[in-house]
Amino acid sequence: MKTEDLIRGLSADSSRRPGLGAGLALALGPGLLGSMLLFTLLLRLRPDLAEILAEPRLILKFAVTLTLAAAASALVLRLSRPGADPRPGLAALLVPLAILAIGVGGEMAATPESSWMTGLIGHNARFCVALIPLISAPLLGAALLALKRGAPTRPALAGAAAGLVAGGIGAALYALHCTDDSPLFVLTWYTLGIAIVTAAGALIGRRLLAW
Amino acid sequence: MMQAALAGDQLAYDRLLRELAPAIRAVARRRFASMGVSASESEDVVQETLLAIHLKRHTWRTGDPLGPWLWTIARNKLVDHMRRRGRRIEVPIEDFAEILPAANERPATDAADVDRHLALLPEKQRAILKAVAVEGASIGEAAARMRMTPGAVRVALHRGFARLAEKLRADE
Repeated sequence: MKTEDLIRGLSADSSRRPGLGAGLALALGPGLLGSMLLFTLLLRLRPDLAEILAEPRLILKFAVTLTLAAAASALVLRLSRPGADPRPGLAALLVPLAILAIGVGGEMAATPESSWMTGLIGHNARFCVALIPLISAPLLGAALLALKRGAPTRPALAGAAAGLVAGGIGAALYALHCTDDSPLFVLTWYTLGIAIVTAAGALIGRRLLAW
Repeated sequence: MMQAALAGDQLAYDRLLRELAPAIRAVARRRFASMGVSASESEDVVQETLLAIHLKRHTWRTGDPLGPWLWTIARNKLVDHMRRRGRRIEVPIEDFAEILPAANERPATDAADVDRHLALLPEKQRAILKAVAVEGASIGEAAARMRMTPGAVRVALHRGFARLAEKLRADE
């Protein structure tokens, strides 16, 4: 086929599509519904949720996970747009890290050293590491499908960033159930759970997001 | 012009692609020359890049600089092409000789890869692509010819291009 013919064909194909950001937002809706469904099937809200909503340790969990999801969304969109500079997106990831660092620092300053390990080990560490990836799976699937329309130069990296988005939202959901409130627990086990989602995103993205 | 093209101005889009093609061709030829690859292959990269620009045009946002977007796509397609080329380097050209298109009056803008993969598309998509691209039929004419609704022709045309890009990528 001659290039001129190809161009004639391409310009006849005038289908219009929503932008990448809108596509991602639209996909995360159903993804979130799927994750919430899994939550209701497998977990339940922690019984004392209403009483401790203002508790700083609980707020920290949501602050870390939700800013992570927001920063990773900005990053993944940048990674999926040819020629866009990913560095501002990477810099945004420092926000959840800084919040977590402040939380861990505060915990270590406010509690005696002897209680640190108890807080870190918690009650449901293994459960937490398994459940965060499970709850995040529908979100990850939705994000990756939406990002298939993107054009990342490094598909594995874009997939990993999609994993951070899904893991961040999934971990925030899990925090509605989890009664281990020590920031040291969050630092260790939430991070591990989110890392698993991130690795899955990178593995799947490497093939799925190539274009 | 990209803005008008994205807003659905078909003429502006056509003109834009026609202006981009020679620029991409020039860069691809220069790269290939410096790597000691025949310039005739550069047209494959031009077509793959145009296809990618088309299928990924929603990743460009109004206000973004067009240059970095465009050249990142072109570079990715060039790398893809070289990678594929590296993998099938042992395959003698005689294997393809039979399915290569016959020489024609504008050899400089003919590419083998797209044609080779066009042959692998489902019958209907291929027929519509040929009618609209090669024969220059309008959507309405193609619809009448194929006894389809214009909407179905549009869908098939778009799917055909998407499928074509997918097959080009999967060619290892």
